[in-house]
Amino acid sequence: MIDFVRNVRLWFAPAAVRDEGETPDYRFSLANERTFLAWLRTALALIGGGFAVDQFLPDLRWGWRVGLALALLAAGALCALRAVNHWVRCERAMRRGEDLPVSRFPALLSLVVAVVAVTMVVVVLVGWEG
Amino acid sequence: MSGAAAPAAERDPGLQPERTRLAWRRTTLSSTVVAVLAGKTAVASGGPVGVVAAAGVLCCACWVGFLAVAHRRIRGLASSPVPAGLVPRYAVAAVGCVVVTVVCGVGLVLRG
Repeated sequence: MIDFVRNVRLWFAPAAVRDEGETPDYRFSLANERTFLAWLRTALALIGGGFAVDQFLPDLRWGWRVGLALALLAAGALCALRAVNHWVRCERAMRRGEDLPVSRFPALLSLVVAVVAVTMVVVVLVGWEG
Repeated sequence: MSGAAAPAAERDPGLQPERTRLAWRRTTLSSTVVAVLAGKTAVASGGPVGVVAAAGVLCCACWVGFLAVAHRRIRGLASSPVPAGLVPRYAVAAVGCVVVTVVCGVGLVLRG
């Protein structure tokens, strides 16, 4: 938790990141930036999915539709916040010459996406029967 | 990352700045899709006109903000053969735009 607070402080303090360690090869920094952007696109895809569920599945019951849409929107926001946090951690690890941080987040997100996908299949099948 | 360490002034044979620029372009395209979907949700929403309009305008502002961040970063990448790294302020601004869009989206979905 304290680590997280320190990371959040680093989000807003570029100088504090620069103070630590040595500037890595710019290509590593750019690769880290592209990874950050890839996660941001994942977040945007989840958010777009949330809006799409809300708008383009009008036959779903209100609870299902709004629940899935809100879950996708929340997952997107979480993914975006985690993207910037992971970017800061990687940047700092590269400056200090440490190993890059490991994360359970990709596995967690995969599980959530799989659960939502299976739920959608069930919802669509049940919806068609009804 | 691959390839021999080139002298600083030389062009990176891995085209890392160009790839990073294109990654920003792809991300702005994704944000455009999200902005259009948010606009569709706002237009179709049955909530109070003022609230819906405010949420829609805020989503558009976030999209413009994201474009501005991406544009400045792309110009920064093009400014030198060895571009400086992304500063956290830009990263936080980009993520902030996304998060504000989500907050508006939650409001619109609940009102719809």
